[in-house]
Parts: sequence; structure tokens; C-alpha cells
Amino acid sequence: MTLARRIIPCLDVDGGRVVKGVEFEALRDMGDPAELAARYNREGADEVVVLDISASVEGRATFLDTIRRVAEKLNIPLTAGGGIRRMQDGQAVLLAGADKVTVNTAAVKRPELISELARQFGSQAVVLSIDVKRKGASWEPYTRGGRDATGLDAAEWAAEAVSRGAGEILLTSIDRDGTCSGFDCELTAKIAATVPVPVIASGGANAFDDFLAVFTAGHADAGLAASIFHSATHSIPALKQFLADRGVPVRMPMRLPSDPSSGSPSSGLGTR
Amino acid sequence: MTIAIVDYGAGNLPSVERALRSLGAETVRAVHPEQLASARAIVLPGVGHFSAFVAGLRERNLTSSLRAAYDSGVPILGICLGLQAMYAASDEAPGEQGLAFFREHVRALPPNVKCPHIGWNQLRRVRDARLLRGIPEGAYFYFAHSFAAPATGDEAVAACDHGVPFAAVIERKSLMGVQFHPEKSGDAGAAVLRNFLESLP
Repeated sequence: MTLARRIIPCLDVDGGRVVKGVEFEALRDMGDPAELAARYNREGADEVVVLDISASVEGRATFLDTIRRVAEKLNIPLTAGGGIRRMQDGQAVLLAGADKVTVNTAAVKRPELISELARQFGSQAVVLSIDVKRKGASWEPYTRGGRDATGLDAAEWAAEAVSRGAGEILLTSIDRDGTCSGFDCELTAKIAATVPVPVIASGGANAFDDFLAVFTAGHADAGLAASIFHSATHSIPALKQFLADRGVPVRMPMRLPSDPSSGSPSSGLGTR
Repeated sequence: MTIAIVDYGAGNLPSVERALRSLGAETVRAVHPEQLASARAIVLPGVGHFSAFVAGLRERNLTSSLRAAYDSGVPILGICLGLQAMYAASDEAPGEQGLAFFREHVRALPPNVKCPHIGWNQLRRVRDARLLRGIPEGAYFYFAHSFAAPATGDEAVAACDHGVPFAAVIERKSLMGVQFHPEKSGDAGAAVLRNFLESLP
């Protein structure tokens, strides 16, 4: 009996479309969020993350609609965030159908936001997102999509956020993001050893070996990637098989009774 | 007759509702005691804080109708916090009383493991379970919690380990509960909900 390592596709959403940038810039259209989410659900993703990268007022309403559309397609957990400034923003995201909300910039400015969300919705619903750049032997968090340096230390900030009630850390290496040079395993190992909550590694995934490395040397609880899954250069089932063959505990598909394909899923249950 | 999903003012009600409906069940969001009295079965979904949950039930006068439903043998399925609320009390909210269908207390997970226990985990079968019928050993279910009921009670038909063994699936007469989220546990979770629906008289 082991807690499985999670594989999490991430949808960066702008104006109701999935986009992908390289090092937080140069966006390009990758498709419809609900369609992609449905595909990942089918393929055995362990969770889906949807991030609003538009961060505009008009974008907000569109994003909530995107969450609703995505949530309808999933029977796995959904995490959503991007531009969450106040308690009410987090609440709106959860009410739209997300199971967890991520906070980043606003939490750096006002760490109480983490405590408020955790008190209201529980730690299991609050994910602190940290975007970092390497700075000598440590890592510095950046806010506003990688634009503003915070002067903080990533490990210290993660520890403070957890003490305030963050239930998971979504850790993105800006240096690696979109560059396809692999996860920063030193970074994830450092944060995973610092905080007593799950760490989701993000930024740089390009090959199956990158996931193997982040789950072993990197001690990550989950690996997140976007472009390699969207463009179907790597399939989730093949990735999981690769990891399982190398002894990493992952959730593999299994044959279940009364599979929808082997019979009617709704044989009058509601009317008996 | 319909399945009443208890709406205590927070939580993951829509996803539970969607999961049950996709299996062909008729559901209603229950906010009034009468809706519980006429239900064929009751689902107690739940995320958030133990005290918010029991206070939400109290404010809507649902506590006594849940007890009445239990006394008259109406099947009740508790999910996550909904399972925990079936116990007498929880470390999460000292002094607050749960529904007390079971005498034990819900405890905090130990500090030697990552907490919350978030992610997909497997079960250890203790005895035959209606909810797990036909589901292979080794199936994974999605957990997201920091507190759990002890695995020592007779009602614990399947356990999970995270620092300590805890009750992952409970069954006693008309009471059923799962610590994981079946509505978020893919096809294995759907199979649990289908078993629940098929177990109804």
C-alpha cells in the first residue's frame, strides 16, 4: 500500500483557450481546455491543474466559465488558480468546481490570505504556487508570472506558507519552464525536505527520464507538465508504464466490473 | 424515490451530484429536514472543517433528521468529512459533537508523515465490503484529509495506512462511508458509487 506519485497535466488558460509559453512568454494556442481535460481524464492523469494567465478583469469571468466546463469533464481532482487576490476569488474558483485553489502573488504580498483560505476551506484545498529562479545555492521566488523578484528565500517562504495552512506546494522553476531541460531536482529535493506537505514539481519536463529523476532524486510527490502532454509527444499511459517498470508507484488503469463499455451504466437505478 | 445529498452550505456537492447522476441516480440537494425524511438514501458529502460541518447541519435542523433516518434504517453514505461526522467527535474541533453513530473519535494523522494525506492510495481489505464488491485489490482512490477515524472499529471494512492505519471504508447495517473521494477517484470511485446504488433496498 503506497501513496502513488502523481502525473498532472497543466492547462495555462488565456481567454478561454489553452496556451503555452516558453519562459513565461511567447504564447501559442494549444486547444480547448474542456477537450484537453477530457482527454487527460481518459488517459489516466491523476489530477488536472488549470491556471488563468490572463490576470485581467474580463479574463476572470471567462476563467470561471472555463473551470466549470473543465470540472464537468473530470472524475479526478481539479486545481485552479492564477490571479487569486482575495478570499472571494478563491471561493469563486472552488464554487465553480475546482477542488483546490492555488495562490501566488497575492500571498507574497499578504500571507494572511493563505490562513484565511485554509480556515474557510481546509488545508487540503489550498495550494501555494511558488515560481523560483536559482540564485547561487538557493532559489528566489518571483511573482506576477515571473516578472518581480521578491527578495525571499524559496525554502523559507514555503515553510511559512505551510505554517499558515497551505496543504501543497506547486513549485515551478522559471529557469527550466518551457525549456525542456528537465526538472530542477535539487530544488524539489530541497523544498520536499523542508516542508511536511506534498510538493508538485513543475518546469522543464521533456522526457520520461525527467519524471523518473524528479520522483527519485527530486523526492517530488507529483510531476506537472503542459506542453509535452498537449502536443502528445508523450502520452500519460506510456509515461506511467515507464515509471511503474522502474519501481515508481503510480496509479495504473485496471479492469473494473460493470465497465460502461461492458454494459449499461444506468440500468434504471434511479427509478427502482 | 430520490437520493438526498445533504447540502450543509459548503463542500464538493456538485461533483458528488454529477457522479451519482452519471450513474443514473435521481438526486436532490437536501437543505430541509423533510427532504431527508422522504429520501430513499442519504449522501453526506464533505470537505472543509469538522466544526463548520456539524454547525451547518445544526443550523439547518438536519442533525435530528439524520439521526431519525439512521434509526429507521435509511442507507447513509458519508464521504470524507461526511464519514468523519458519523463519529462522536474529532481532534479537529474539540468540544464539538458529531452525529455519534460510532463511538470512536476521529484523530489527527501523525506528524511523521506528510500531512494533509493528499493523493491516490490503496486499501487493505479487512472484511467483505458491499462498497468494494468487484473492485480489484490494488485499486487506487483519491484521498485529501488531515484527520481520520481509527481502523480498529468493527465498522472499518477496509483500512489505509498513512503514518497509522485508519478507516478507509466503513459499513455497519445501513451506514456506509469512505474516507476517500469516490467522485474524484476515476473509474474505481465510480464503481464504489455504483455499488452503493446497487446496495439500496
